[in-house]
This record gives sequence, C-alpha cells and structure tokens, in this order.
Amino acid sequence: MPAEQALTVLVAEDGAADRLLLAQIVRRQGHEVVTAENGAQAVALFVERRPQLVLLDALMPVMDGFEAARQIKALAGEALVPIIFLTSLNEEEALVRCLEAGGDDFMAKPYSAAILAAKIRAMDRLRRLQGTVLAQRDQIARHHHHLLNEQRVAKAVFDKVAHAGCLAAANIRYLQSPYALFNGDLMLAAFTPAGDMRVLLGDFTGHGLPAAVGAMPLAEVFYGMTAKGYDMAEVLREMNAKLKRILPVDMFCCAVLLNLSMQCGAVEVWNGGMPDVYHLSVDGRVLSVLQSRHLPLGILAAECFDASTEMLPLVQGERLLLLSDGVLDTADEQERLFGDRRLREVLDANRDPARLFDELLLALERFGGRPRDDISLCDIRMFDAQERPPMPVLYADSGRSSPQDWSLAFEVRGASLKSFNPVPYMVQLLQEIPGLRARTGHLHSVLSELYSNALEHGVLGLDSQLKCDVQGFADYYQERARRLALVGEGYVSIRLRVEPRPQGGRLSIEVRDSGAGFDVPSVLARAVPDHGLSGRGLNMVQQLASDARWAEGGRCAQVEFQW
Amino acid sequence: MAVETDLTQDGKTLTIKIKGRFDFSKHQEFRDAYERQPGRQDCVVVDLKDTTYLDSSALGMLLLLRDHAGETVEVQVVNPSSDVRKILAISNFEKLFNIS
Repeated sequence: MPAEQALTVLVAEDGAADRLLLAQIVRRQGHEVVTAENGAQAVALFVERRPQLVLLDALMPVMDGFEAARQIKALAGEALVPIIFLTSLNEEEALVRCLEAGGDDFMAKPYSAAILAAKIRAMDRLRRLQGTVLAQRDQIARHHHHLLNEQRVAKAVFDKVAHAGCLAAANIRYLQSPYALFNGDLMLAAFTPAGDMRVLLGDFTGHGLPAAVGAMPLAEVFYGMTAKGYDMAEVLREMNAKLKRILPVDMFCCAVLLNLSMQCGAVEVWNGGMPDVYHLSVDGRVLSVLQSRHLPLGILAAECFDASTEMLPLVQGERLLLLSDGVLDTADEQERLFGDRRLREVLDANRDPARLFDELLLALERFGGRPRDDISLCDIRMFDAQERPPMPVLYADSGRSSPQDWSLAFEVRGASLKSFNPVPYMVQLLQEIPGLRARTGHLHSVLSELYSNALEHGVLGLDSQLKCDVQGFADYYQERARRLALVGEGYVSIRLRVEPRPQGGRLSIEVRDSGAGFDVPSVLARAVPDHGLSGRGLNMVQQLASDARWAEGGRCAQVEFQW
Repeated sequence: MAVETDLTQDGKTLTIKIKGRFDFSKHQEFRDAYERQPGRQDCVVVDLKDTTYLDSSALGMLLLLRDHAGETVEVQVVNPSSDVRKILAISNFEKLFNIS
C-alpha cells in the first residue's frame, strides 16, 4: 500500500509480542518505526527522533502512557503530534482519561491492520492541516507586523507634513484615533496671516492605505495656501482640482472647511458631504446646524466646482461641533442607526463642554454595543482677542538682498472681481522686505480690509449698516453674492510704493475703486459698536497702520507702514 | 443574486437592482452588471428599492457607473428608502444623478 508520505512513527508498548506486531503493521504501510518499552523511553525517543505520530500503550511500567502523552504534547508545542492510545481498557472512564491526557484517538486490542492504517491516515491529515494553519497564521502575523510598520512610517511622514497645524490651540478640543489617517479621517487647523483660524475635517472614501494617500496632498494645499492667506474659495478650488486629478473616479473626500474670523465676528463655512456642523451657544444649546450643501471634494471638474461659502455670525464663547460620519452611522443590533436625533439628545443633556466627547462616546458604546475608536470629533470655541496667536513666520530669510525702492500698480477689473483675490500675492511680495516681515499679519489684515471695502462698499455699493443684526448679516452676504454675480464694469486698483528711509523704510498703499465713495468724516466719527457685526474695518486699519487717510470722497484709501 | 439586472426588450434601458447592503462587497457584481451588457443603452436605472444601507464606497461605485456611462447615457437612481436618501442627500449626489 503506497503511503501518502512516509512518517516516523513511535510505538510504545511494554508487551514484546504486541510491540513487534504493531511495528510490523506500521512498517508495511511504508512508515519508519521507532519502538519503546515504557513511557520514559518513549519521551526520550520523542526528543531524539521527533516522530510525527505516536502509538502509546496506556498501561506501562516506569512511566505510564498518560504521563508520557502529557510530556510529549508539551514537548511538541504548537505542532500537532497525534497520539493514538493503544488500550485493552474498556471502561468509559479510562478511555476518557486517554483523551484528557492529550490523546487524539484510541484503538482497542486486538489490533486490526486496516483500522490502524485508516487512523494513521486520518491523523496525518489533521497533522498537516494544523501545520498549514500555523504557517498561515505566522504569515498573517508577519504581514500584519509589516503593515503596522508601514503605517507607522507613513504616519510619521504625514505628521511632518501636518506639523504646522494648530490643533493644540486653547480653543480647540478634538478627538481622533491615532490611526484615523488610515480610516480616511483627516483633521487640520492653521492660522491665516490675518489671524483667522482655518479648520478642515475630511473623510476619504474607503479605508487603509488608499484612504490615506489623498491626505498628504490635501494637507499640503491646506497649510501652504492658508499660511499665504488665500481665501476659502481659492483653497477649496485648489484642493478639489488636485484631488480630482490624482484620485481614481470612485474615490473622493467629504470635507468641511471653516474660517473663524475674530475681526468679522463670524465663521465662514463650506460643507461638502460631511454630517451637519452644530453651532452651539455659550451654554451649549444648539443654535443652528450647518448642512452639507456641496458634493465632496475630488468629484467635480474644476469648471463645475462650487466653492461658495456661507457666513454665520459667531460671538466669543460660541462653539462649533464637527463630527465624522462614524457617529451617525453607529448601528445597533437591529441595524438601526444612531442618527441625528440621538446625537441631539446627547448635546441637549450636556452641561459641561469638557465632558461632551466622553458623553458622546459613552452613548455610542451603549447604543452600538461596543466602543468606537474610528470617529473624529472637533469642538471649536470662538476665541477672544487675548488668544490671538503669534503670527506665523512665512519665509525664513533667504539671505538674498531684497529690493528697497520700488512701486507697483495693479488693477482688478470686471469679471475678475468675481473670483480673484490679489491680497495673498501682494502680501507674499511684501514678505521680501525684512523690516515688514514681523508685521505680516497686520499687513494682511489691512490689505484684506481695504480690498474688501473697495469691492463691497465701493464697486458693489453694499451698505455695511445692513450687518447690524444676525438676519441682516445673512442678507448682506446673500446680496454680496448676488451683486458679485452681476458685476460687469468696475475696478479696484492698488498701488504699492516702497521707499528706503534713513533708519528703515516706508510702504505706501493706495486702494482706489470705481464706486460712489462715502462720507468720510461722518463714517470715521461713527462710534465703534461694542458687539455689532459691522463698523470695525476702518477703525482697525487706523490702529494697525502707521497712518491712514481717505481721499477723493472715500474712493481712495491711503495707508502707510513705516519701519 | 444580490445584484440583479434587467435589460428592456429594445436594449435601451438597463435596470440594476441592489438588494440588502450596498457596500464594497458588491463592488465586482455591480461593475459586472453594467460592463457586461451588449451594446450601448440610453439610460441606466439603479433601483434601490430593496437596498437597506449604502456607504461611501457605494457612492464611489455610482461615480464609476457615471464615468462608464459618459455624457450621453442618463443615470437614474430610483426608490431609495428614507435612510438611503439621506446618505445621498448629505453627499449632495442629487447634483450628479437624477434621484427619484
């Protein structure tokens, strides 16, 4: 009879006749046989010869089969060395003892050659199955180890890209699993040169490496453009175009992008495919929800992409709560979803903002029956003036000599007014002047203010008085969008002049517009409202610049910085 | 079959029906459903009547279908349950697909 594979079989039997008979039967099946007369010999031979299968008499002198079985199993470790007990014992209890001592099967005397052969084959199948399982387990463990290592390296690289973030700011509380990146979740925060805070929460389709791949370019666009002061729409357009270009068709990134501006007392929001953002009052009530109004990033071609944002007044101490879809998607045993309603209950019951995340996680665990470690939460409080961050340094000194005496004129006309914002370019240019670098934030604020005044009050003829209350605030931005869409004629021109002076230099800025101008003395005399939503602009310009005047009936702003 | 297809007699309209959860496990079946059809259709209808849940990878699969269909073929998504409709609405997919 051909054996599938010749095995080394250990036969331990104290009766010489039986031992001989068994050895003969097994040898005829094509296996190699080693024999022992008692349990102690069997264990010693097992160590020496490492047989793949053991036939063990239960009752033997010196050491019985039960003890020998225990020792052989312990020596074999994880590999399966089948032990077949040879026994004339008939009582149930003794047979049970054989199996409990580690035996895999037993065989009653007198021995049948056919049954023994079948049992050896069956045991060999089991042995090989166990070997395959162990090999696969080890392979999986190796792959898993490899994967974790790759993830650790990828995360370390990503953290370097994202290092500039300000998630640690005092007004942000967030929760994110350390491997959220590999769940496709992405959380970024940075200050603009003007001191606004930008926050992005994103969620790529899918899991694992594919989900993490898009995060890197997205973070680079976010940090790069935010630090240079590009406005929300430009950052969004760039992120969308980049993802559209690099991601496969079925991958995209749901995202919500926020810009918190102290100066405007407002937050600008764009939500594409993320769950509602909750606007919470100082005492934690839900004031409003900011819904997803757009397709996620990376789906639409650049020319179809809609980067329009919403403005919402936000006073100091009010908060915005951002969450990933894992919160709403948590399902219970009946596949019911946690949903908005249960989330609202948690928000309504919350008394201490510091406890909100814990309460939410607990509610999810109770509902879904297990803790979640794959969700992202971010709670942002509108900061107050004292928390205004130090301005980021945009460029290290390159050591090149920088021009000190130059001027530049720039005019944005007609349809270009709709989408183009020249401020970041000008700020970047002015970065070349060492004496101005420390004031980048102020420069950005002043130029932004002058440009938006010229555009909104000048070219578009909007009245800032509209922004006196929350409704008016919304109306103002709606009207702004409407008039901007229709703008035909009109211009804003900007002239920069840099001159050296004995101990430093001077930058003169002139911003002129095609609008009707305004009553300069009365607007400047108007008291600055404490908590109103308008009227901060001119006052701020006067405070930040060395000198500020309005000429030509309000159509031309003249501002100076000296150093 | 969790993904069923039905082609009208004139071969102009292809209906793809998804039963149960519409997630990544249906990826291959869903692709086969439209890639293995002979000729070109005028309209592809994705019927979600028996779809209990839809995740973001299903949204990705709809984008693949839209890409495959191109400009000339209309893609309709019909009969979503209220839960499924909500997921489509959060992602604003009604801007891409005719959803009814």
